[in-house]
Order: sequence, then C-alpha cells, then structure tokens
Amino acid sequence: MTIAPACPTPIMQHETVQMAHGAGGRLSQALMQRVFMPHLSNAFLDLLDDQAKLDLPPGRAAFTTDTYVVSPVFFLGGNIGELAVNGTVNDLAVGGARPLYLSAGFVLEEGLLLAELETIVKSMAEAARRAGVMIVTGDTKVVGKGQCDRIFINTSGIGVIREGVDLSCRNLKAGDRIILSGTVGDHGMAIMTSREGLSFQSRITSDCAALNGMIASILDELPCAIHAMRDPTRGGVAATLNELASSSSVGIEINETTIPVKPDVRGACELLGIDPLHVANEGKLVVAVAADKAQTVLDLMRSFDLGRDAVIIGSVVDDHPGMVVMRTLYGSRRIIDLPLGEQLPRIC
Amino acid sequence: MKYIDEYRDPGLARKLLDEIRRKATRHWTIMEICGGQTHSIIRNGLDQLLPDTIELVHGPGCPVCVTPLESIERALAIAAREEVIFTSFGDMLRVPGNVKDLFMVRSGGGDVRIVFSPLDALQIARDNPSKEVVFFAVGFETTAPANAMAVYQAAREGIENFTVLVSQVMVPPAMRAILSSPGNRVQGFLAAGHVCAVMGYEEYAPVAREFHVPIVPTGFEPVDLLAGILKTVELLEEGRAEVVNCYGRIVSREGNPVAREIMATVFEVIDRPWRGIGLIPGSGLGLRESYARFDAEKKFDVTTICAEESPLCMSGSVLQGMLKPDGCLAFAKECTPAHPLGATMVSSEGACAAYYNYHSTVS
Repeated sequence: MTIAPACPTPIMQHETVQMAHGAGGRLSQALMQRVFMPHLSNAFLDLLDDQAKLDLPPGRAAFTTDTYVVSPVFFLGGNIGELAVNGTVNDLAVGGARPLYLSAGFVLEEGLLLAELETIVKSMAEAARRAGVMIVTGDTKVVGKGQCDRIFINTSGIGVIREGVDLSCRNLKAGDRIILSGTVGDHGMAIMTSREGLSFQSRITSDCAALNGMIASILDELPCAIHAMRDPTRGGVAATLNELASSSSVGIEINETTIPVKPDVRGACELLGIDPLHVANEGKLVVAVAADKAQTVLDLMRSFDLGRDAVIIGSVVDDHPGMVVMRTLYGSRRIIDLPLGEQLPRIC
Repeated sequence: MKYIDEYRDPGLARKLLDEIRRKATRHWTIMEICGGQTHSIIRNGLDQLLPDTIELVHGPGCPVCVTPLESIERALAIAAREEVIFTSFGDMLRVPGNVKDLFMVRSGGGDVRIVFSPLDALQIARDNPSKEVVFFAVGFETTAPANAMAVYQAAREGIENFTVLVSQVMVPPAMRAILSSPGNRVQGFLAAGHVCAVMGYEEYAPVAREFHVPIVPTGFEPVDLLAGILKTVELLEEGRAEVVNCYGRIVSREGNPVAREIMATVFEVIDRPWRGIGLIPGSGLGLRESYARFDAEKKFDVTTICAEESPLCMSGSVLQGMLKPDGCLAFAKECTPAHPLGATMVSSEGACAAYYNYHSTVS
C-alpha cells in the first residue's frame, strides 16, 4: 500500500488560544473575525482603525480605567467580561457622568478555550447593550501558559457629566443621610464560595450589574441634592464609608440593624469569620444626600429592581471626623475600620 | 439565622445585663479565656454595657497570638524551600517573624496556600506526590483532633510527602500559670466553649478547687457571654468555686471522646513555650515517637532555629490579663495591625487587634 504524499499545511482551526493569536498575523485576524466582531461589531469598531474617533456631547468628560483579574473567571451571577463592562460603567456613573464609550484590552493565557473566550465576549456585548455604551476600541495580547490566569481584561471608559451635577467624595456635610441600595457582600462571597478549597457549597449569586440607569434617574430628579455617590466594590461598604468620611473630614454613623445582608451571605461570612461590611459588591450604590431629600431618593431607588432593598443606613455627623462608627444591636458603639489587606479566615 | 439570632437577641441581652447589675455588689475581675470571646465582647460593645463593677480581662486563648516566634521562624524557613507546598489556616500568614511573614515568603516565590482543614492539606499531598506538603498545626484543643486525624490518615495510607509543623497548646496549664503568677488579678473565668466541646469540663474542677475560682464554660454570642458572666458573678457573690456549664447546647461533661481518643493516639503532652509568656510545663502537644516521621521540624532539620521577641511588645502581659491592650505604650503607635509588633495585634482573635479595630478611639 502506498500513501500519497501530502504537503503539510499549518493548522488554522484551533479550539484553544495559541501564541500566534496574539502575533498580529492570520490567526490574529481569524480571532477578530470569529470571536470578537460577531458580538462587538459597531460603527466605530468595524473601521478596524488603531483608534476610535469620537464626537462627545458638550460638558465635562469623565475618564476612568480598571483592570479585571477575577478568579474564577466564571461565577454564579456573571463572568469576568460582564464585570469588566459593568465595573467601568459604574465608575463613570457614580461621578455623575453618562457613560458613552469603552475600550477593552485583553490579556489571554495560551490554552484558554476559544469557546470560553467567546462566552466572555458575548457577555461583554450584552452588558454594554444593557448599559447603553459602545465598546469602540480594543487590543488583544497572548502570553505563555502560566503567565496569566486564563484571562485578564482592562476596560477604560469615557462619559460626559451632566450640567449642574457636582459629585465628589469631599462633598459630604453634617446632616446628610447615607443610603445603601441593597444587600451587602453578595459578589465577594459568590467569588469566595466558588473558589476551590471550600468544603461547603452555596448558591450565593454575584450582584454584578450596571448602575447607570438608576443613577441617571436620581440625578434627573435631584441634580443638586446628591453630594456623593460611590459603588462599594473592593473593601466593601466599610472601605467606601471610610473614604467618604476621611475625604470630607466628617464622621459617619450607621446603624447595625439597618444593614441588609442576605441570609446565605451572612451564613458564609459567619462560617469564615468575615464581616459582610468588608466584602466586595459589584452592583450596589452608596449615596450621600441632603436630609430633606433623602426620602425622595429612597423612594426613587426602590422603584428600580437594583434598588428595591434600598435603606437609609446612617447619617453624616460633625463628631469624630474621618471615622465611621456603628451603633450595634445592643446600643453600644464600635468603629468600622478599613479592612486590612486580604480577608483571612480565622482558625477556630 | 436559626441557632444564632436567638443568642443575639437584644431584649434578652438587656435582661441579662440588668440581672448582672443587680447581682454584682462589689468589683469583680473576670477573664474570658478565648480570643473568639474577646472579639465578640469588643465587637458588640458588651464591655461598654456592663456595670463598672465588672471588669473583663482578656485571656491567652488566641492560637495565633501564643504561637512562639521560633515556630514562626521555622515555618518561614520551611515555606521558602523549593520542594515544599506550605499549607496553613489563613490567620497565620500575616503573623510576623523577625523580618518576614508567610505572605512575603509567598511573594518571593514560596508555594504558601491557605486551607480550611488539615485534611485539605493531606489531599494536596495526595495530589502532588513529587512535592513535600507541610501543614502548620497550631491551635488549642479545638484544632488538635483534626490535626491528629490528618497525621493518622497519612500514616494509614502510607503518605510519605506529608508532615506537620506542630505548635499545639492546651488551656488548663495556661490557667494555672495565670493564677500562679504573683501579679494575678483574675477572680473567675469564662472557659472557652469550643475547647470544652472537645475536652468536656471535668479537667477544670481541680483548677477551681485549688485556686478557689469559679469557672464557667460558655459560648461566643452576646447572650451566651452575658449568661456566662451572670453565672460567674453569682458564683463569686456566693463564694462558690465551682465549674458550671453555661453552654449546654454544645458542651457536655465528658466532651467528645472520639476526638480525645484520636488526639491521644497521635499526640503526647510536652512542655511548650508560649509567645509573650514563656515556657509553660505540660502545656503543649507534640507528635508521639511512633508518628515522628510526620514531624516537619525533624524532616527539614529546623530545630536549631531560635528567635527573640521585640522588647517593646507587651503581649505577654496582655495575654495574662495584667495589661489592657490600650495600656501598652506601643499600642496604636509603633504597633498597629499594618505593622504589628506582636501577634496579639495580628490575629482576628487577638485582644490588641480587637481594641484597635473596634473601640480604640470611641469615647
């Protein structure tokens, strides 16, 4: 039997990310055409220029950037792509800006499944659509196995700040009310309980969501009464309140009984010895508002799905500037400090 | 949350506080043994709510705090070795040795992993036969049974790449050391509920008799703690040096015989140094000769590593209830959770960390 001689041609169909996908050649093009463009296509991106040329509406521009390295990449309630879009949208929105355009930079680890990458890109497209923003420019690099953890994503975003709105963490005034849009700790505990090494299972779902719709409504209604907004991500509500207190040189007092925590999040925190106030959120909003407008803002927030559990958790005071103090269930007081580095589960 | 909210009920807490106020006719100094109890007291501000007659002093029951500096230095030396996967409960990673902690070893390339159980460490050993897996076996009678079980299983399965770096200590010898000290002020104890869940409470009766102190095992929730304080005050007022269990839902007289048996199979009682306190005779556990091949100190030849404490750190006096954390000159100045001089400022169970985090500056 003879085998007909065959000329070996390079393999062009891959199931996983190859170093060549980042080399700028044919495989790079194939990755664009097969994975990115079908989902992200828009008038800016389709031009395939090295930059997006944008016309911004009048007003001051807000510009932000963040890099996402979450592990695991897929978690209950979302994935790294959705997080990368919502996180940057939220960072613009809490500054009073209407988010408009995003960039997306990808660092891919050799060997990542292309099907997983596509799922992530698809989630980014859907998240962008929901938030009303466009991903207008991007970049992809591939690094060797072990040089990154499957996929890292950087997103930067531009938005335009509406007239008359002045939100800053330096604006808090004594008497302001502090409103929290819902339960604390959902995202952080969803991530922590889905990591390997925990011997209990949970159905804790990340709260990953874009807040710009709700924020726009609040600012439409009361452009001047809102003094500051923050999304309490890493470090949780405790870190956010400490930053606000310290930047404005005011004290903040909160009430333990008012802080909403889902039962399963509370259970996991109890088990691991972690304070839910220190745990990250990805779809929550902290608002500092003049006292006489607090109820209006609260009612408005509660009309949104993302704010249906909104509560006033405390107020701004002249005492103990820079410090956050909580009134406990028992009427005693304790300081809510910044968390120190990694959350460490306790021994016993 | 069932079985938790009932023990955090503010109304019940208020009633217990009223009762304590009514019963205490003079000043009493009570020590809670366990760091978990200290944190619950400070976190919930119970010390602010108690009458002036009741002074709580904080005990040595923080495993991270009392692990001696030389054990930390030995852990750092082992964790830095190329062939080692070093596993530990999370708390221990931030405890400083003389210049480094385990986080710094990890960022320098050491394979240091947080586990939630020593049995997880054993699984890592099964999964990585070409690596040496070491578990940092620290803690009181609460962690000892599971740590013993990991060694026992490793022996039974013939796992040769698993060892433990042991720094196990026990409560009753520490209570004796505190009560025997010339500066002792402690008149009654809240015993650590989880330790008693394993050991029972019969071993406390001789201590109560010999030193004429009441000892009350109790739990960690505000209502448990207040009920324990009330019982201790009643016993003190009546002059009764007895052991009375206030943690009946968890603790029985004989404890957990199965857990005690596995401890006794693998460990034997030895002298141990306590960080900040010094050597306490018969206060520790070490591997029996028949399990010596699982001893990381021997396998990696680190027994010669010794270390000196910072002269500024007063954690020994804090751990023995002679000094309140904010009475230390370095407190919140040279010594903070970000730059701890001693382990009592590091651990989530440490008294100094509790004061710093929760009420150091609330007036």
